[in-house]
Amino acid sequence: MDSDEEDHRVPLSRRPEWSDVTPVRQNDGPNPVVPIAYREEFAETMDYFRAVYLADERSPRSLHLTSEAIHMNPGNYTIWQFRRLILEALNADLHDELDFIELVANGNSKNYQIWHHRRWVAEKLGTDAMSKELEFTKKIFFIDAKNYHAWSHRQWVLQALGGWEDELDYCQQLLEDDIFNNSAWNQRYFVVTKSPLLGGLEAMRESEVRYAVEAIIAKPENESPWRYLRGLYKDDAESWINDPQISSGCLKVLNSQINYIFALSMLLDLLCHGFQPGQEFKVAINALTSESDSPDSELAKTVCSLLERVDPMRSNYWKWRKRTLPAQAV
Amino acid sequence: MESSTASRATVTQQEQWMVESKVFETYNLFSSLPPNAQIVMLEVKRDEHIEYLTKGLRQLAPSFVVLDANRPWICYWILHSIALLGESVDDELEENAIEFLSRCQHPDGGYGGGPGQLPHLATTYAAVNSLITLGGQRSLSSINRDKLYSFLLRMKHASGGFRMHDGGEVDVRACYTAISVASILNILNYELVQNVGNYILSCQTYEGGIAGEPGSEAHGGYTFCGLATMILINEVNRLDLSSLIDWVVFRQGVEGGFQGRTNKLVDGCYSFWQGGVSALLQRLQSIVDEQSVLSDAGEEDCSTETETSASSDLCHGEQGLEGNLSHVDETCHFREEGQHNAGDPVNFFNIGLNFIREHAELEPLFHSMALQQYVILCSQVEGGFRDKPGKHKDYYHTCYCLSGLSVCQYSWSKKAGSQPLPRAILGPYSNLLQPIHPLFNVVLEQFYEAHEFFSRT
Repeated sequence: MDSDEEDHRVPLSRRPEWSDVTPVRQNDGPNPVVPIAYREEFAETMDYFRAVYLADERSPRSLHLTSEAIHMNPGNYTIWQFRRLILEALNADLHDELDFIELVANGNSKNYQIWHHRRWVAEKLGTDAMSKELEFTKKIFFIDAKNYHAWSHRQWVLQALGGWEDELDYCQQLLEDDIFNNSAWNQRYFVVTKSPLLGGLEAMRESEVRYAVEAIIAKPENESPWRYLRGLYKDDAESWINDPQISSGCLKVLNSQINYIFALSMLLDLLCHGFQPGQEFKVAINALTSESDSPDSELAKTVCSLLERVDPMRSNYWKWRKRTLPAQAV
Repeated sequence: MESSTASRATVTQQEQWMVESKVFETYNLFSSLPPNAQIVMLEVKRDEHIEYLTKGLRQLAPSFVVLDANRPWICYWILHSIALLGESVDDELEENAIEFLSRCQHPDGGYGGGPGQLPHLATTYAAVNSLITLGGQRSLSSINRDKLYSFLLRMKHASGGFRMHDGGEVDVRACYTAISVASILNILNYELVQNVGNYILSCQTYEGGIAGEPGSEAHGGYTFCGLATMILINEVNRLDLSSLIDWVVFRQGVEGGFQGRTNKLVDGCYSFWQGGVSALLQRLQSIVDEQSVLSDAGEEDCSTETETSASSDLCHGEQGLEGNLSHVDETCHFREEGQHNAGDPVNFFNIGLNFIREHAELEPLFHSMALQQYVILCSQVEGGFRDKPGKHKDYYHTCYCLSGLSVCQYSWSKKAGSQPLPRAILGPYSNLLQPIHPLFNVVLEQFYEAHEFFSRT
């Protein structure tokens, strides 16, 4: 609703179409805690809402009233739920409903109710809604590329309604805009593992590893591609430790001697899973150690000690890792 | 592509640098102060917080209409914060709170966001935790547990998860809030537990943390909810704990506070969500060890095919396995059996109690001092706490900053709630808050009272 309309709001009590309805006050009791100093129009709208809700009146005027009430507080799930019942009873045009939701979402796109309602509507519309929903979430990402609800919605759309064709390109585009956008990395993982068009994780693995390693070399301080890289080998540690792209990527970052914490961390995990390091790794690690690091004969222990020093925020963690190194790493 | 973008800072980087500069401005100011002024800056401003909190219990401004469907939450945030500070509300306010929450209780069970609203799992959790925080016969007996149980059962979803409310969304939050209240009220049984573990497991992501729904991004709030749920239903060994630990420790940033997701900004509320995950993990060492032994030996992942049986709710109210059976013993037992069954019930009610009775085998894996520094110097304002410098305070952040601070202060205590050494506390020792039960986030003493109360009924 625009501000003009709000300024000239006619109280419900003075609208003829509501003259037959007796508003129902909120039963807060005589001494409520956390009482909210409601503005008059809010209190009145809710009083009339309660009246139609209790009477289970699924009518056009009830629908209109829920719109007003939702604009005042989009977090009221009871109103949204009743609205769904009304929409069903009236067999309402759900394309209009999408517009309504968009209007509400403009004010607050981080609200569970809006997104749940949108999913409900889109599900009813079926594949008709697919491209509109993909566009809608894109619009949200333009403002906030990490909006959690919007990403969940988009994943639901892809799985329930389809539209996978351009999704990898879209991830690519978002990552080109911001290679640190972990939501886009997560979406990329989702597409690579779930898209019916790409042949699954194993088919995509080699090219994805290449992509992630490139991103790592460009910005080794970016945690997202490091985690992505591990994810590509989830449940297949054997292939992971034997992929030369992984170990050489690690080595390259270690040899650069800057932003190498994630590289050390990955090397440690590789070692814990049985990776057999060549001499070049020992040389790289030795170049990074100073006298203050304990001179351990085993590489994994040295890596832990090094991490303890260069990553003091996690020194407890690295100490614990050192204490619990598996037999094969020491 | 690389060459053109390499020099330009991305949105993530720009926002991160802005926050870092504000935070380090505060830290630099702090370190430039003389020691006596530093001590003052490190104080938890108890009186101001209590005043801010009590005021909200009595009256909220019109702008709070956006939380009109979350009033039990506001109660919980405020009452729990007051309890963490070691204070309690006066008799009249206590009476009014019990009375008000009763009006939020739905005739068919569960609590809504306000009087007359549909029951909702999250506000049910908030109302139950509020009443447990208040404690006492009148408060605890005001909860209609039979009706609440049928509400929980009605919200059970085919996926194994729960719906938030009639016709509502299914996610990990719903699982946690349902299982948490059922556990603490002694109404948790196999019918409620069945397949919840499968649902949570499907939400653990490749990063190690847990997402709100399968496929979504690992997130601090959901990771807490998912991990706590798995512990409460005795299936935590099914999660990949070493990747979860690795994920959570990396969420603590240079600011000392936690971020909620990889490459997102620090936020004071994650002091609890992520700090709480760390506190839970400190008591899971033996399971972590078992998992690493299993993976060393190249054995089949323990997450496969541990279904729970549908058959019975017989363990409901049974006291058979309680007492000296530790949580870990139960877990091992569970794994040998491979499934729950009616003849050999797991006593769900005592899992929360045994969990906290076990000594923490691990030292904290996060940096407790750095987190305390962030909460006190960056989140604390005059009366209340905030997300980060530049943001406004609110009751939500006050509750979760204080909860996180409590977790930090007791993170070196092997025995739950035992008096920490002064060196575990940043600032004066008078900063010490009450200890919490990390599975439920209620003050420990209130948990014990509730557990005792509901074991009798």
